[in-house]
Amino acid sequence: MDGNALTDRQQPAAQTDGAAALAAYLETQRRIGTLRFLTCGSVDDGKSTLIGRLLYDTKLIFEDQLASLERDSRKHGTTGDDIDFALLVDGLEAEREQGITIDVAYRFFTTDRRRFIVADTPGHEQYTRNMATGASNAELAVVLVDARNGVLTQTRRHSFIASLMGIRHVVLAVNKIDLVGFDQARFEAIRAEYEHAVAEFGFQSLVAIPLSARYGDNVLTRSDRTPWYDGPSLLEHLETVDIGDDLALAPFRMPVQWVNRPDLDFRGFSGTIAAGTVKPGDVVAVASSGRTTTVARIVTMDGDLDEASAGDAVTLALADEIDISRGDVLAAGEAPVAMADQFQAHVVWLNESPMLQGRTYLFKLGTRTAPGSITRIRHRIDINTHEKLSATDLRVNDVAVVNLGLTLPVAFEPYAESRDLGGFIIIDRVSNATVGVGMIDYALRRATNLTWQDLDVDRAARARLKDQQPAVIWFTGLSGSGKSTIANLVERKLHAQGQHTYVLDGDNIRHGLNRDLGFTEADRVENIRRVSEAAALFVDAGLIVLVSFISPYRAERDAARERIGDGEFLEVFVDTPIEECRRRDPKGLYEKAYSGLIRNFTGVDAPYEAPLTPEIHLRTVEAVPEVLADRVIEALRGRNIIR
Amino acid sequence: MSDRASHLRRLENESIHIIREVVAECRAPVFLYSIGKDSSVLLRLMQKAFHPSTLPFPLLHIDTRWKFRAMIEFRDETVRALGLRLLVHTNEAARAEGVNPFDHGPYYTHAMKTEALKAALALHGFDAAFGGARRDEEKSRAKERIFSFRTANQEWDPKNQRPEFWRLYNGRINKGESIRVFPLSNWTELDIWQYIMLEEIPIVPLYFAAERPVVERDGSLIVPDDDRMRYHPGEQPQLRMVRFRSLGCYPLTGAVESTAATLPEIVTEMFTARTSERGNRLIDRDEKDSMEKKKREGYF
Repeated sequence: MDGNALTDRQQPAAQTDGAAALAAYLETQRRIGTLRFLTCGSVDDGKSTLIGRLLYDTKLIFEDQLASLERDSRKHGTTGDDIDFALLVDGLEAEREQGITIDVAYRFFTTDRRRFIVADTPGHEQYTRNMATGASNAELAVVLVDARNGVLTQTRRHSFIASLMGIRHVVLAVNKIDLVGFDQARFEAIRAEYEHAVAEFGFQSLVAIPLSARYGDNVLTRSDRTPWYDGPSLLEHLETVDIGDDLALAPFRMPVQWVNRPDLDFRGFSGTIAAGTVKPGDVVAVASSGRTTTVARIVTMDGDLDEASAGDAVTLALADEIDISRGDVLAAGEAPVAMADQFQAHVVWLNESPMLQGRTYLFKLGTRTAPGSITRIRHRIDINTHEKLSATDLRVNDVAVVNLGLTLPVAFEPYAESRDLGGFIIIDRVSNATVGVGMIDYALRRATNLTWQDLDVDRAARARLKDQQPAVIWFTGLSGSGKSTIANLVERKLHAQGQHTYVLDGDNIRHGLNRDLGFTEADRVENIRRVSEAAALFVDAGLIVLVSFISPYRAERDAARERIGDGEFLEVFVDTPIEECRRRDPKGLYEKAYSGLIRNFTGVDAPYEAPLTPEIHLRTVEAVPEVLADRVIEALRGRNIIR
Repeated sequence: MSDRASHLRRLENESIHIIREVVAECRAPVFLYSIGKDSSVLLRLMQKAFHPSTLPFPLLHIDTRWKFRAMIEFRDETVRALGLRLLVHTNEAARAEGVNPFDHGPYYTHAMKTEALKAALALHGFDAAFGGARRDEEKSRAKERIFSFRTANQEWDPKNQRPEFWRLYNGRINKGESIRVFPLSNWTELDIWQYIMLEEIPIVPLYFAAERPVVERDGSLIVPDDDRMRYHPGEQPQLRMVRFRSLGCYPLTGAVESTAATLPEIVTEMFTARTSERGNRLIDRDEKDSMEKKKREGYF
């Protein structure tokens, strides 16, 4: 598993040489660093073959794997009697049958100059997300092209994604050079075309290498068959390219991962240092509060450290007891980290269900997870032509520039400065899937610069005057389930008791505030977002607000709950079976929906996600509206919202 | 680790970060402790991640009752010395039915490992389980995520895994779902051995070469560990210098011929090794793509 050169030098290793060989080997291993790179190219450019070749030639293939490879080559291979190196790395059953790599696979090899972690990423068009995944942890990209085909649309796309994910070093591997007769002119033409195509991507280094993965030309050693090429072989370049990782020189930043508190005598903050260097005695500032203190100790199981720097997973003990929790960022006192809640960012959508403007997702940045939403899609980017296109939602593999708003300010840095504090993932609140990934460009406004207009009469004062506890009572259910009927009865009863109320009704709001919205998924999300905001204002005014909306999606109702505040939000599930709603059909809508005259009708051809744990669950087939309204009144009393 | 630039240091940092992230995000984690060298390394990394605190979760050992006796002794000694919480689970129903590695082949592994593991995780309500698997072990593992999502049926769907970016792991799950976490994903077998040597991590003595009774069967060297061993006609154990590169149930784990009786000798042997470690595991040879099939069903 070592470098080929080392093995060649040391074999055969006599017993007496064993100790010396081991010492030399360990010394080498101590010295070498790691390069993480990814390979990308279109389907038949030979990525897997190239990686298989690297593993094979650096003697990373064991005898039993080789035997299995020879067996598989005969059975599945595409190279006749030769070994098909691609079979060595194409792991899963399905892709072995289809002959394409469908996911990201990680491979390891080591020479006596560097250790390598290779992300093998798919070339097939629909798998942009996998390439973005592989690129996020890579320092260099090897972009393969087939010498016969030259620079393709996919080559441009992969280079764009590499650039988007912050890769600054690229190798253009002009593969299958044997199939164009080792033609220098062909190679130079491809190189020139590629350099032109990626001119705007800001790559710091770009090296083009003519090679044959199948036959090994210019892979490990320079080939006699390309005498006109005087650059390095692929491996030579990978072993020596300067990645310029100077994170340790940047100002100190450490997102707090976990508060380490074994007993009352010790309180430490564990995390991985994102940038900079820290020493005991250094002044550090807590991003969320601005409080400063000094580092007392850098604690590890191997003893306290005098210094720790970017990449180190440490535990810091601080001089003062100040409030710090997971998600906070500790930063150099002289260069505090900025906080913001509104950003411009690039995002890549990863999921089959589309991104909807205004829908609440979770955003995980560093060790902080905050609810928020894409407030505006500035433009989508055509990843082939880089044209800016307008868009109202994002589909899987779409790339876009967006505005995003979080519900709380977070410590951040632009992605160009810090992958750790500028890169985020987007999580769906219902399925918990990772549905998107993003890179912060800059903050749209700093939260620290944003001051609320201080008003002398506040919400508590307004509520006191009305002698009530403001709240939102949110009625959700199918069309015709009885929401408005019950809400109307509840309001009458509250009003009769002298309570100050207001009803926000779906149909009425759609005549005014939401007149511009239709019934698509995106419009429904926006519909509910606006109603949540309106309800929040009425609550602030001290009112008891009754919201009567179908509100079919759990995510939006949860977002409303978050916007209003848990204690002041009561979800009332008006539970009526669809057959019953259809039978009642007060507005004749079901008849039209079933006959196809209305589309996107909830319960018919659009989904309704029933509440999982509503505060109040009303089954309308069991009682008349009057009784159900009384049940709501009782619940309000039980929660001290009314007396 | 004194040398801060080395790749082992980078691997150590990455693993510690992953381990801490699980404890911060998951409700009820558990360490699936297999007693082998990878588990020993993972245990050390966990101690480092939480120092000066102790491990904030228990260890779980799925005991098929066919492990080498030396493994069980080592397990109990480790737990005692480090003051760890250990849970042991065995598929007692299958055991009572007499399911064993000689008669039941792949079904034995399914019942005593896969099913036992799933039952134990469900029984205790664990939502995250640490394992010591590495991506270099086997082809299908090269595509495994570090946070590997499992459905409520504890199944692994290789086409529906969460994409992983940077160091951002998504540990959020719905009720009944769980996550398997592999902090050693980016380690190689040789990294493991070097780390054991540099950190002086205790391991089961079976990893060191010694004269042991050996039966050669289908090209594998089996070391009978008790009188339940079934001999084929004509088989006679012979003393040979062997050691193990991976450990499991003794009738299913092949030894390798070796004279490497110390860690430096093992590392020296390793960097000239010509056979991959799983090649000695009979379990993987059951059928083509066997590891991927087992993983889908819930095996680690």
